[in-house]
This record gives sequence, structure tokens and C-alpha cells, in this order.
Amino acid sequence: MHILEQKVRAAQSNGRLALIPFVTAGFPSEDRYWDVLCELDSSGADIIEIGVPFSDPVADGPVVEQASHDALAAGVTLRGIMQTIFRHKGELKAGLVLMGYMNPFLQYGLERFARDAAEAGVHGCIVPDLPIDESDGMRAALKAHGLALIALVGPNTSKERMQLYADVSEGYVYVVSVMGTTGERGALPPEVPDVLARARSVFSLPIALGFGLKNPRQLDALPRELRPDAAVFGSSLLRHISAGRAPAEFMAAWTGAES
Amino acid sequence: MKKGYFGEFGGCFVPELLMPPLLELDKAMREFLPCTEFQQELDDLLKNYAGRATPITFCPALSKELGFELWLKREDLLHTGAHKINNTLGQALLAKKMGKKALIAETGAGQHGVATAAAAARLGLECTVYMGAEDVERQSANVRRMRLLGAKVHPIENGSRTLKDAINAALRAWISAQATTHYCFGTAAGPWPFPDLVREFQAVIGREARAQMFERTGSLPDYVVAAVGGGSNAIGMFHAFVPDESVNIVGVEAGGTGKPGCLHSAAINIGRPGVLHGEYTMLLQDDDGQILPSSSVSAGLDYPGVGPEHVHLARTGRVRYGIAYDHEALDAFQRLCMAEGILPALESSHAVAYVLRHADEFRPGSRVLVNLSGRGDKDMDIIEKELGL
Repeated sequence: MHILEQKVRAAQSNGRLALIPFVTAGFPSEDRYWDVLCELDSSGADIIEIGVPFSDPVADGPVVEQASHDALAAGVTLRGIMQTIFRHKGELKAGLVLMGYMNPFLQYGLERFARDAAEAGVHGCIVPDLPIDESDGMRAALKAHGLALIALVGPNTSKERMQLYADVSEGYVYVVSVMGTTGERGALPPEVPDVLARARSVFSLPIALGFGLKNPRQLDALPRELRPDAAVFGSSLLRHISAGRAPAEFMAAWTGAES
Repeated sequence: MKKGYFGEFGGCFVPELLMPPLLELDKAMREFLPCTEFQQELDDLLKNYAGRATPITFCPALSKELGFELWLKREDLLHTGAHKINNTLGQALLAKKMGKKALIAETGAGQHGVATAAAAARLGLECTVYMGAEDVERQSANVRRMRLLGAKVHPIENGSRTLKDAINAALRAWISAQATTHYCFGTAAGPWPFPDLVREFQAVIGREARAQMFERTGSLPDYVVAAVGGGSNAIGMFHAFVPDESVNIVGVEAGGTGKPGCLHSAAINIGRPGVLHGEYTMLLQDDDGQILPSSSVSAGLDYPGVGPEHVHLARTGRVRYGIAYDHEALDAFQRLCMAEGILPALESSHAVAYVLRHADEFRPGSRVLVNLSGRGDKDMDIIEKELGL
């Protein structure tokens, strides 16, 4: 079992929803960024997704896009992100996932990236502009070093396409809750139960729900058997931190949530 | 060759949420494009609405000066002023067949936006155009035209506030709107199957021009030249000539000011391979893979990437890609105005500029066919400012 799957299963066996906060690298500032990750780690994060900034983030809404632009303006690079993680290797108990668009990974060199990432203690990647059809090279490079390429599926992903992902994926499955970009919404869209049911029927991996989440009560609307195994939150957390509030306070609202 | 690829370039690098509409589009292309009824409807629109066939024009004054025959394919004479309408009518008709109610489009200079707005109005579709806020400011006449044609224009304030950001915004909008909406992509680039789809609709340019050259001169041209931004007018012109081994084909990229270290739009000549807007292609980018801003006096060439088929044609050596700079394009603009009474778009002026500036590369007595992809009315403000008129 891949270590990222183990992280979610461990939460599950304690009757908890696994928590996966997303933070853009270098957010909210170069100085505070690692402290934010540590605080998330010690306040219940099971996996932490670190956003690799890109100039043209087509799957992101305004909050993550702004964080991405600010990070680039502050000089954040993939190379720098890897060095920081390597320097702090062993400090975080959560699983570590890098989430970013294809081009920066490609320019770093896929083989070299996979080797350096594994050495730094990264466990997997999410690449939002890499559908299954284009993912062979990236998946093979990551797998050679034990890293998972996380599947991203959504409300319009058919059972047939989900099966293509299921055949090759490890770690967990990221189910996108909305037909849109990242960013918090008030309520879950009505199609969420359908996509969760479809994903459950196809994947044996744990299911993480993301895009649009801001508090655990949004999940209460779901039938118990369809509740996800993990929740991913990005935009709402970034906004919380931008407002000068503690990451631990945000996590506290979620730590009691049942899976 | 892998599906959706031209050699090693192209592909479909989009979020999974965009795969279903792209697969749906591919299926519709294969179902409707070969069908006689579709072709007849499109031919009727192209002929009786857009003004095809466009003529080829011999340039006597410049030919005498240059020592070879200069011919122009007159896409500038089309409805809405450029070749863009060939593609938007095709895609709008296809969208209707697919049962879509609305079109979205990105636009840089505004020509594709105007052509989409016109096609949407003509075929009874709603239309929303995404345009970088900087382009909205510098191409205000086209914004007004789009609005008069019933389109909603969304200025995009993100990133560099130009074409690439408008494409990001349109892709995002398409994720949410895909059930009812077709994304009418403006150039022969972007994710599969757009490079194929747009080339299919623009290939009429080269097909016509090839037959017209035979009819007027009794032979093929020796050279075919077109400007390349995303590359739709150029691929439309080149496609019919690629199998003709005797025809030398030249694409012309925009070099910007030409000063050392200047911004430019010459992705094939000066870029490196990478992924942007759904395709693996040549890009202007930094060492970390971040996309760099492009620059050209011609808004329609101002883009940091290029269609994947052009990169393949460059790699295989079938097409040579040169560069023309801002001042050369402005000079060519003036010479074509004065010598031949034709006011070209700044995009097309780059193709003319290459021929004038590199006249010694063209055999004396040969025939050179240039795609005059659009007219220059839209560029009057920029031209007057640049030339100090």
C-alpha cells in the first residue's frame, strides 16, 4: 500500500475524516511558509499539498491564482521549493504532495524531478493539466522513485474514464466537487453524490473530495455511505491565513469530522 | 503517430474536466465534417455571407522593383476583415449541429472575437468573448464592434492582461459551461483536436490559392509566405502546398523591436519546448518553466506559443521560419499602401516585410505568393502612433 493511502487509511481506522490542507509554496511569505506547514502538520493534517506556482494556472480560481502570482513575484521556483523541503526533511509527519502544472516539472526534467522529490521526502504529485491520456511519462518517472501520481476526476468523468485511472493510480483519488475551478462555495453542488457513488464503485483507493470546501458541515448533506475518506481545502485556508488568523484555528473546525 | 500529435508536438494537456467536451468535439468533427450537407451549408456561408472566394492579386509595382513576381492572397477582403471568419463560421455551424446554444471565444487583437460574434449572430448562438484588459484598451474599436454584434466582452485583468490570459479565462469558463457551450478556439493551436479543427476550416485559403495560381499563371508558385502567431492563417495557406515539393514555404514570426534582449513572439526561432494551453509546443519561457510575456507591434502575433503543426513542419525542414521585426512590418505596411493601394493588417505586414527585407533569398523571375491575412483598418491608431503621423 502506498504511503499516501496508508495516511488516509490510518485516519479512517480512527473513525476520522483525513485532512488534506493545500498551501501554495511561499505563502503567505517566504519567512512564514514553513511555519504554516508545521502548524498544519501538528494540528491534524494527514497529508499536505504544496502548490507549485505557475504563470498560467487554468484549473485555479482567483484565490489560488493570486497566491501563485505572488509566489512567482517573490521568486519562488520549483528548484527552491525542493531545496526547502529537503532542508526540513523529517520535520513533518504528514504525507507530502506537490501540486502543480506540467510545464515546471517538464523543464526541471521528469527523471531528475522524481529522484530529487523522493530524496526530499515528497510522496506524490497532482498535475491538474495532465489527464490520463498524457500521463504515462510522468507516472513512470514518479513510480520509479516510489511517488504516486494522484488521479483527479470530476462530475463529468464517466465510469469508463474513471476505470482508466483506477487501473494505474496509487495513493488516493482526488474527486473534484464542482464543474469549475478551485475556490470555496457555500454548498456542495447537487451532482456530488453521483460522482462520489461512481468513484466508490470504480476505485478501491480512498477518496478525497476537494474544490469548493470551506467547512465540514458541507459534508453533512451527504448520505453516510457516500462521505469521502478525506477532505482537501485550499482557497478557504489561504483566505483564513491571509486574514492573519492561525492555521491551527482553521484545522480545529475540521479535526472532529467523521469519515 | 500518437493521436493528436504532429511528430512529438501537440497533445491534450488539459484538466480531466475538459476531456469530455474535447472528446465530444472530436466525435462531432468526424461525424459532421465529411458530411455533404455540412459542407454545402458551410460553402454557402463562406460564399454568400463571408465573400469567398477571395482573389489573388498581382503586385506590378513591387514586382518590378523586386525582380520577382509578388502575388497576394486577399483574405483581407473577407467579411469582418480577416481570415478568422473561415474558422468561426465552421465552428459555429459545428456547434449548432452539436446542439450547443452558445459560443465562447478568446481574442487578442479582437479579430477572432469580431468574427466569432458575427458567426454567432448569423447562426443564432449566444456569444461571450474573453479579452485581456490591455487588449481591450488598445483595440477598443473591435470591442465596440463585438458588442454591436451582440457579444458580451469580458476584460481579463489577470496575469499579463493579454491573449494568453484571455485563453486561460476562456478555458476556465468552458469547464463550467461545457454542457451548452462550444469553445470557438481562434487559432490552430491549443489542445487536441483544435489544431486539426482550425486547420480544416482554414485550409480553404491554400486550396483556393493553389487553384487560382494554376489558373492565372499556369503553374504553382515557387514560394508561399505567411505570418505566424498562433499560426492559423499560415497553416491554412500552407496545408495545400505541403505535398508540392517544388514549392518553398516560409513562415514569418514576429521579432518585436529587434533590440538586444527585447520581448518578441518568435516561439519557433527563439523558444523552447514546453506545455501551455493544452499543447506541447515551442514556448517563450524562463528556466523554471514560467511563461514569459510576448511582444509585437501586431497584437494578432503577440502570443508566447505557436501551433504544434508549425513546430513539426519546422523540425522536418518542410517549412522555413524566419523573423520580421516591428519596424520592418511598419515599413512594409507603408510600401504596400503606396505601391499597390492595399492597406494590410500589421500581422500580414510581417509576411510582406520578410519578402521585401530578404528579397535576395527569392530567385529572380520566380513567383512569390504571400497570404494577406487581414486588412489594416483595425491598426490605424497603432500605425499612426508608431509612424508619428
